[in-house]
Amino acid sequence: MTIASQSSREAQTASPPAAAPAAPDRTPARRRTTLTRNRWGYAYVAPFFLVFGAFSLYPFVYTAWVSLHRTSLSNIDGGTWVGLENYRNLLTSEFFWNAARNTLTIGILATVPQLCLALGLAHLLNYKLRHRTFFRTVMLMPYATSIAAATLVFSQLFGRDYGLINTALEAVGLNRIDWEGGTWSSQVAIAVIVTWRWTGYNALIYLAAMQSIPGELYEAAEIDGASRWKQFLNVTIPSLRPTILFTVVVSTIGAVQLFGEPLLFAGNGTTSGGSSGQYQTLGLLMYQQGWSNFHIGQAATTAWAMFMIILVIVGLNAVIGRLRSRADR
Amino acid sequence: MFHSMRGKAALGAALAAVLLTAGCGGSDDSSDDAAASYDPDAPVTLTVGTFGTMDFDNAGLYDEYMKLHPNVTIKQNNVAQSAAYYKSLQTRLAAGSGLDDIQGLEIGFIADVVANHSDAFVDFAAEDDAAELEANFYDWKWGQASTEDGKVVGLGTDVGPQAMCYRKDLFGQAGLPTDRAQVGQLWSTWDQYLDVARQYQASPAKPAGSAFVDSPASIFSSSVYQGEEAYNDEDGNPIPAESSGVESAWGYASTAAAEGLTANLSQFGDEWNAAFSNGAFATIACPAWMLGYINSQMGDAGAGLWDIAPLPGASESSSNWGGSWLGVPSSGKNVEAAKDLVEWLTAPEQQVKTFVEAAHFPSSPQAAEDPAVVDATNAYFSDAPTGQIFGDAAANIKRTPIGPYDTQIQEAFTTALTDIASNGTDPDDALQDAIKASEQAIGG
Repeated sequence: MTIASQSSREAQTASPPAAAPAAPDRTPARRRTTLTRNRWGYAYVAPFFLVFGAFSLYPFVYTAWVSLHRTSLSNIDGGTWVGLENYRNLLTSEFFWNAARNTLTIGILATVPQLCLALGLAHLLNYKLRHRTFFRTVMLMPYATSIAAATLVFSQLFGRDYGLINTALEAVGLNRIDWEGGTWSSQVAIAVIVTWRWTGYNALIYLAAMQSIPGELYEAAEIDGASRWKQFLNVTIPSLRPTILFTVVVSTIGAVQLFGEPLLFAGNGTTSGGSSGQYQTLGLLMYQQGWSNFHIGQAATTAWAMFMIILVIVGLNAVIGRLRSRADR
Repeated sequence: MFHSMRGKAALGAALAAVLLTAGCGGSDDSSDDAAASYDPDAPVTLTVGTFGTMDFDNAGLYDEYMKLHPNVTIKQNNVAQSAAYYKSLQTRLAAGSGLDDIQGLEIGFIADVVANHSDAFVDFAAEDDAAELEANFYDWKWGQASTEDGKVVGLGTDVGPQAMCYRKDLFGQAGLPTDRAQVGQLWSTWDQYLDVARQYQASPAKPAGSAFVDSPASIFSSSVYQGEEAYNDEDGNPIPAESSGVESAWGYASTAAAEGLTANLSQFGDEWNAAFSNGAFATIACPAWMLGYINSQMGDAGAGLWDIAPLPGASESSSNWGGSWLGVPSSGKNVEAAKDLVEWLTAPEQQVKTFVEAAHFPSSPQAAEDPAVVDATNAYFSDAPTGQIFGDAAANIKRTPIGPYDTQIQEAFTTALTDIASNGTDPDDALQDAIKASEQAIGG
C-alpha cells in the first residue's frame, strides 16, 4: 500500500504538465482529433498504467475496502462489514499509540544523526581528495547491502551475552547493556542500523547538489574573508536547502515505514517488537496484526493510518518549504 | 486531456482488478465424481505440501510407496518455516486454489483449520475404516484434529512429548546428583524443580554466568499444558485470563523469572542458540524433537554432557509441544489416491520407520510400543532410554483443548515473562500486559 501511495503521488505530480495545454473552451470534436493524433502516445504509456493499476491502485483501494471489514487472512473476501469500527478501535488501542510513539522516537534517533552525518561526509568528499571514487563507492556500500543481512549482523553485534559491542564495553570497564531488552537501548540500536544503511546514500545526494553550487560563490566568500566553516554555513547549506528538504521528506517516509530492522532485530521472528513492545513500529504492528494474528482488516486499517500520517508529514514539509522560500524572497 | 488520462488509468485498474479476481477465483470442482470413478491403478502424481523437516523423504517412505504402487509419483513441496508455510496455506484456502493434494498441518495452526476450514479438508472420521484409523492414534492426538461435530481434518504424524534435559557436568559442579533416576526424584513437582533451581543458583561451585534454566518460557510452555485447560475452554474459545493452567504455569515461570533463576534467553533467538555451546544453562524443557536441535547446536562437543529426566509433574500429567498431521484438501483432483497415501504414511509401521530414520516421535501408541521405538536409546544424551521416557510421557498427556490462537497467546505470555527478568517489571503488571497482548491477538 505504501508503494501505492508513493507511485500515486508520482503519477499526480507527473500529470499536470500534460494538462497544461488544455484550453477550457475546447470543443468535443477538437478533443477527439487530439485523442486520435496522440493514440500512439497513449499506447506507449498504457503498460505503465496497467501495471500501476494492478499493483498500486487496486491494492490501495482494496486495502481501504478491507479496512472496513472484520476479516481474517484465510477468508479475506468473506469478512463482515463493520464500517469505521476498525479505525475507532485503532485510535483507542494502546498498541497503536505505543507503536506510533516508537516510530516517532526511532525516526528522530535515526533521521537526525543520519542527515547531519551525511551532510558532513558530503562536505569532506567535496574536497579534492585522492581516491575520491573509492571513498564514494565505499560510502554507498551499506545502501547496497540487504536490510536482512545488515540487521542479522547488527543484532549479533548488539547481543546481550555474546555480542561484540558488549564485550568491548566490558573490556574498557563499562557494564554490559541488554540492548534488545531495554527501551532506549533497543531503539538506539535500531537507529544505528538505519543510520549505517542510509547515511552514504544521503551523502551522495548532498554531494551531487554541492557540486552544482557555483565556485564563484565560494571565491566571493573567501575574498570577503569567510572561513571554511562560515562558507559551509552561509554558502553550502542555503544552496542545499531544496535538497535537504527532499532528503528530510524521503527519510521521514522511510522512518514511518520502518519494518525490516525491528522485525529481524528480535532474532527469533517474533513480531511483538520486544518484551514490552519497546521497539514495535507501526509497520511491525501492521505485520503482527495481519500475519501473526491474521486480522487482515485491522492490518489494513493500520496501513491506511500510516498512509495518512505520511500525507500529513509530507504536507507539513511542503508548507514549511513554501513558507521558507516565501520568507527568502 | 488530463481527464481522459485519468479515465484510462481507471480503466486499466478496473481491467487489472477483473483479471486478478478471475485469476484468484475459486475452483470448486466436486470430489464426488472423482470418488465414484477412482481407479487405484491409474497413473497419478500426488503433491505433498510439507514444512520444516517432516522427513518422509529422508526416511525413504516416498520411494517405498512408489515401489509398492508403481502408478503413483510423489512430489514434495517443502517450505522451510512452518509460519511461512501456514501463511501461504491460508491465502490458498482463501483463494480455493493452488493447494497440494496433501497438506501438512502443524500443532500451531491445526486448531484454526479445525475451527474455520474443516469443510476444505477430507473428513477421515467419515471413512469406512474410521474406527481402525482412530485406534492408531493417541486419543489426544486424534482429538486435536477433530471438530466439535466429530469431523477429523487430518491424520497424525509425529508428536512432541516433553521431558527435561539437563547438563550432567554442570549439575555435578554445582553439587547436584547427576544420575537420571536420582535427578528424576529431585523434581516430582514444579515447586521442587524451583527449589533445585535455587540450590543450583546459590551453589558457589557452579560455573560463573550459568543459570539453572534457559528461559522462563521453558517452564511456562511445558507446564501450561499439564492441566485440564491451557489457553481455551472446552469449546476451543480462548480464555487466557481465566485459565487454571495459565495461572499455575504463570506462577512457576514468573517466580523463576523474578528470582533470576533463568538465563532469560528468547527461545530460537541468536543468543539462545549461542548459549547452548557456552553452557549458559543447566536444564531445558525437551520435547522429543529438541534432542536433535541440541545436537545440531552443540555438535560433537556436547556428546555425553546431557541426560534426560522426566518433566516435573509428569507423574500427574505430561505435556506435548509440537507435532503434525497430514490433511487432504477436498477440492483436490486426486482425493482418493491422496487419502490412501496419507493413511499409509501415518500408519504405525511407517511411524516406526520415521522414528528410526529421523527421530520423530510417533503419534501412534502401537508404534511407540514397537521394540524399535521402546528400546531406543540416545548415545548423545548419555544413552538415555529416549523411547521409554518419551513413550511414557506421550501415554500420559491430557486431552487439553487447543485453540486457534495458542501460538499468539503463548508468545504474549513468554515475552511478558522475559520483561520481568530483563527489566524488573512487577509480575502482576507483566501478567496484565500478557493478558492485554493476548486479547489484542484474539480480538478483531
